[in-house]
Formats: sequence, C-alpha cells, structure tokens
Amino acid sequence: MEKQSGKPRVGLFATCLVDLSRPQVGFAALRLLEDAGCSVEVPLDQTCCGQPAFNSGATGQAAELARQLIRQFEPFDHVVVPSGSCAAMIKVHYVEALADDPAWLPRAEALAAKTWELMSFLVDVRGYRPTGLVLETTATYHDSCSGLRELGISRQPRDLLAAVEGLELRPLPGNDVCCGFGGTFCVKYAAISNAIVGEKAAAVEATGARLLLGGDLGCLMNTAGKLSREGSSVRAMHAAEVIAGMGKGPAIGEEG
Amino acid sequence: MQAAGSSFKSRAGAALADATLKSAIDRTAGNAETKRAAAVGEFPQFDEARKLGRRIKDHVIVHLEHYLIEFERNALRSGAKVHWARTSEEASRIVVEICRSAGAKRVTRSKSMLGEEIGLPHALEAAGIERVETDLAEHIVQLAGETPSHIVWPAMHKTREQVASLFNEKHASPPASESIPDLVHSARQDLRQKFLTADVGISGANFLIADTGAVCTVTNEGNAELTTTPPRIHIVTAGIEKLVPSIDHAFALLRLLVRSATGGDFTQYTTFHCGPKRPGDADGPEEFHIVLVDNGRTRMLAEGLAAMLRCIRCGACMNHCVVYRQIGGHAYGATYPGPMGSVLTPAIDGLANSRDLPNACTLNGKCAEVCPVEIPLPTLLRGWRDRSWKEGLEPLTVRTGIGIWAYFARHPFFYRLATAVAVHWMRLFRKGGWIAWMPLAGGWTQHRDFPAPQRATFIAAYKAMRKGAPNDNGT
Ligand code: SF4
Repeated sequence: MEKQSGKPRVGLFATCLVDLSRPQVGFAALRLLEDAGCSVEVPLDQTCCGQPAFNSGATGQAAELARQLIRQFEPFDHVVVPSGSCAAMIKVHYVEALADDPAWLPRAEALAAKTWELMSFLVDVRGYRPTGLVLETTATYHDSCSGLRELGISRQPRDLLAAVEGLELRPLPGNDVCCGFGGTFCVKYAAISNAIVGEKAAAVEATGARLLLGGDLGCLMNTAGKLSREGSSVRAMHAAEVIAGMGKGPAIGEEG
Repeated sequence: MQAAGSSFKSRAGAALADATLKSAIDRTAGNAETKRAAAVGEFPQFDEARKLGRRIKDHVIVHLEHYLIEFERNALRSGAKVHWARTSEEASRIVVEICRSAGAKRVTRSKSMLGEEIGLPHALEAAGIERVETDLAEHIVQLAGETPSHIVWPAMHKTREQVASLFNEKHASPPASESIPDLVHSARQDLRQKFLTADVGISGANFLIADTGAVCTVTNEGNAELTTTPPRIHIVTAGIEKLVPSIDHAFALLRLLVRSATGGDFTQYTTFHCGPKRPGDADGPEEFHIVLVDNGRTRMLAEGLAAMLRCIRCGACMNHCVVYRQIGGHAYGATYPGPMGSVLTPAIDGLANSRDLPNACTLNGKCAEVCPVEIPLPTLLRGWRDRSWKEGLEPLTVRTGIGIWAYFARHPFFYRLATAVAVHWMRLFRKGGWIAWMPLAGGWTQHRDFPAPQRATFIAAYKAMRKGAPNDNGT
C-alpha cells in the first residue's frame, strides 16, 4: 500500500445505507476528499456501524460490529463518514457500547478521536472550499438530529453550499425538528413516524424550494419518500452530491 | 390508568386519527415552545443557571439521606407531622387514614402529579371521600372522568370549545360564552363554595426545604392557597427527590422551572408552608402533614437512573417532543407522558408493562437539549432498550430481524452477496425510480415511497471502477 507523501490517509466509511441504496453519495465523498488533498481508501470489507442494533438495545451485537469497524479503520489517519448519525455512532456511542470491555475501550476512544462526519471534516479539518461550482436552483436544508446535536454540525454544510453559484438556500422552518426517521423507529412505529414526516414534508413543500438537501441519507430517504407519495415535485439529494458537482445528476428516486 | 387491554400502538393510532386532539396539543405546546424560546433568549445566563440547577439536584441526590433527616427534623420542629411511604399504596393509605380520622367528607386538592402517581384520586373515591379539584385543568379532567395528559397542563388534550361544552353539561351555572374568562367564571361559581367547606386540603410540593422544614408550591392560579389555607388539615404529598438544602436553592431552580414550563419570568403564586397555624397566626391549618414518598425512587438511584431524579417536572421535554406532539399524553397510558415519562414509567410500573415507551422514540435529542437540568433522556431511554433486550422482552420479529442482519454485517463476504441480491431483488419492484410496495417493507411503503437502489452497491461499483482504472493510484 502506497502512501502519497504529505497527504493524510483517510478511510472512507460509506455507511450501509449509501452502500445499498445510493452509491452516488459515496462517490461524491471520494471526490471531495481527494479534492481536499487526502489520500482516500475504501476498506472493501466494511459493512455497518452497528447503530440499528445499538438503538434496538442489542448492545452485545453492536459491540461486535464496533470491534469489527475499529479493526478495519484504525490504521488510517482519519475516518470520514458521509452521515451525521453513523459518524456519531462511532464518535460518541462506541465508547458506550464497549464500556465494559477494557481491552477495546481505548481503541474505541482512539478511533472516536479521528472520526469525522464528511462536511465537518472538509471544513473544520481541511479548511476546504469548493470552486467552480454552478447549480441554478432553489434549495432548503434539513439538519439531521444526530449530526446537529451530537456533533454540532450546522454551519459547515451551509458554508460549503454557499460556494455553489446560482444556488439559493431558503430557510426551512423547523429545520432542527426531527423528520421521524429514527432508524428502525420508522418501521417499528410506522404510523407515528408517518405523522411526523408528513409535517416535515409539508414544511419543505411550503418553502417553495425545488431541492431538499441534508447530510443523512436515512432522513433524506424518509422525507423524499413522503414527498413522492404526496405527489410533490420537490427533489432530494445529499448535500455532498451538490458540493461535489453532481447536483445535476438524478435525485433520490430518479432513475439514473 | 388506561383502558384495560389497550396497547400503546392502538392508543397512539386512535390519537393520530383525532384531528381535534392534534390542534389542541399544538395550540398549547406550540405556544409553550415559542414562549420558552423567548424567555431563554432573554436570559443570557440560562446555561450557567442550568449547570447550577443540575449541580444542586445532583448534590441532594448524592446526600439524600442527610437532607431527608435534616428536613424531617426541621419539619417536626415547626409542628408538622412527617410520614414515610415506600410505595404508592402506602402513600395513598396514609392520606386516606388522615382524612378518615379527621372525619373528612370533602377534600380539596391542588394539582399534583405525585398525587396521580400514587393513585390518590382513586383511593379517595374508594374511601367515599368527595374530591374537589381546585386547579382549573384538573377540574376539567375530573368532570370529564379522565386523567391528566400533560404534567403542567393536565387538560392539554382539550380545546376551549370542548371545555365549554363540558361545562355547559356539568356546571350548575354554565359559562356565558366560550371565552376563557367566562369559562373560569363558571368553574369558580362551581368550586368556590366547596373550597370553603372542605375539611382537608391536599397539595403536592415543588420543593422541600431541608434547613427550615418548609414546603414550597408554585401555581399559576393561586389555587394552592385556597386548598391549603381554609381547611383544618393540610396534607402535602411529595416525592423524596423534591428536597433542596435551602430556600436559595429553591429559587435557583424556580428560575429554571418557570421559564422552561411556561416561558414566564416567574409563576404567579409561589407559596411556602411551614408547619401548622401558630398562636397568633391569622390563618393556616390546625394540622400539617407531610407524606414523603419513595415509590421506586431509591431503586432508580441503585439502577443507574439517578440523573432522572433531577427532574423538576417542567414539561419542556414533552412540549418539544415530536412523538408527544403527534399522540398526546394519554397514549402513553401512564401518569407521566413524553420523554421523562418514558424513562420514569418503566421504573414505576415495570418494564414488562411499558417496553413500548422507551422504544417509541427517534432519539433525536431535542428533549435533552431543552431540559433545564440537563437530563440525558435519550441515553436513559436507550438504557431501557438495552434492558428490555437482555430480559427478552423485545418481540421475536425484532430480535430475529436484528439477529439476521447483524450476522451478515459481521461476515463481510456473505454481506456482499446478500446486498447484491437485495439490490437486484428490490429493483424488481420499482416503477421509475421509486418502489411503492414490496414484500417485508410494509412499515415503510404503507406511508412513503422507497427509492429504488442504484444498479450496484457502492462497494461493488467502487471495485468495478478500480478495475477499470488500474493506474488511478499512480502505480
Ligand atoms: S425531564 Fe427535564 S425537561 Fe422533562 S420535565 Fe423533567 S426537568 Fe423538565
């Protein structure tokens, strides 16, 4: 394995949701990280961070997945994740999942210290600012809860999006209110989740924006899926796609 | 509390179908949310005040025994009688016995969630003692034969219009209109006389002041005074976590309580009760009883839920909860609804009876963000999920689903095969880029479309890209 001199070695954890349903977000992350001067590697045996198990109370299973991911990613200088909630799982909750495992706890702490949500990494660590981007549209931004409250991500995506020429970002009333996704919550308590996302979809629609952006694929799929079911023409994308210059590509639920 | 046999999901379903309920909740909780934001905005030291509030509560919880003994000593010295109750049954029994031995036929009560927790309304009724609620919202709830749906606004689930028709039906002097002053006037007519002829007044407590033995209550309507001053006997029921070292500490917490609850600067009525009427006092009860209730609190201390004992019952967590805002308080089927209730109820009623509550939450963290004493509610809720999993209370479908998925996730080779198959299979159900229905995904597709996966997984597409470009890393 070769290390390009001076470049930080970044391990990209794409997340299981991006892997399965929207690879585009993974490629956007790759492009952005390389553009920000990193040497990026994608461990091919990566699967899931274990969040669904952890939040279902299956702490033992979550801990096993945590150990697997730590093993896969601890060789890197940084671990970058295009999702606030999966990044928070590694950064905040692995130490909880492995609290009773003295052999692994220090390794969990070490990994937590070098794990970043993508947009926070680009802005806070790399001081990255994209150039030469044009996308003529109106958009609105939903702040996903884990990224916002557990990692303090709010300004970073907006800073990056501000560099896109022609993009008008409209405020979303209730931008910090949960969309009702909640991982397995959205199927375990489908009726409640539906009522919550119904309000989110209506708030998005009311901004009049053409495009919904966010930093977490789960929340975007939830809200976009509701917008689609309601017959709305608002499109939805991960903010990384727009920042990577892929904003003209197919949105979530559009054939590509 | 709830109708026998009804499940959380069926109650939640009924609530979701009730558009009037939703507008009633949004009116009050939405208003509280806006006012809290304004009040916190105008209070630049709010964060420091929170830290202080948290420290005060934590300090008392660590030294609970010390402050309980100090409080009891000072309360006795002021002439109060102090009773200890381990369980809700014991607490109710103590109150009923005091009423009985005084020959009481009628008691007045001012709003107290602890009273609800220990089942006092029911116990009084069973003892044949008439209960008069002096808090307007509690009066509404009593007339309607319901239970409170919110810890600050017990009748939050009712619109003004519904209250008016209830009063029209039940009051001797019905309201002249649906306006708030007319509704209040109608209730006053109904209640005033009863206030003055009650033998016993029962109230809760917001703070128990250890160094004086005094009890502090706060209300918006001044009804606590009417409950506690005219009757011969005043009984306070309070959870042991209400202790504070001194009056200064009570004020520090009051600043947080009021702003977080109603967004006001201060509650209209803050009262300190200290012992019975002394010779020369203008008014006050002849007997003053304090019932200190444990009901699971010391167990919570032992079970890692000490942080929950910081709760000052402000209700902010439920006002800001997306789930509470959709289903209201009754769907929780317990005394305490919303995030704080979903932590407390398994501790009070047992996890087996309430495993849905800690699960029915997106863990979005808004509740912890607004909690004035920084209770990590999502962490505590997840703690219950952990226990529920360990005790085998989670349904088989969930256990199997998580089990199968975790097996694949731990075996990357099989995981790659399974995801490739899944992508291929899911794409069979797509129309355009969306899937409107597919087997095993009813929870999702009943309400929203599912975006069809792109042609290959990220890892597969990445591998293909690398193969197609062998020189991409400069070798
Ligand atoms: S948990 Fe916090 S926000 Fe909720 S009622 Fe208690 S003190 Fe208020």
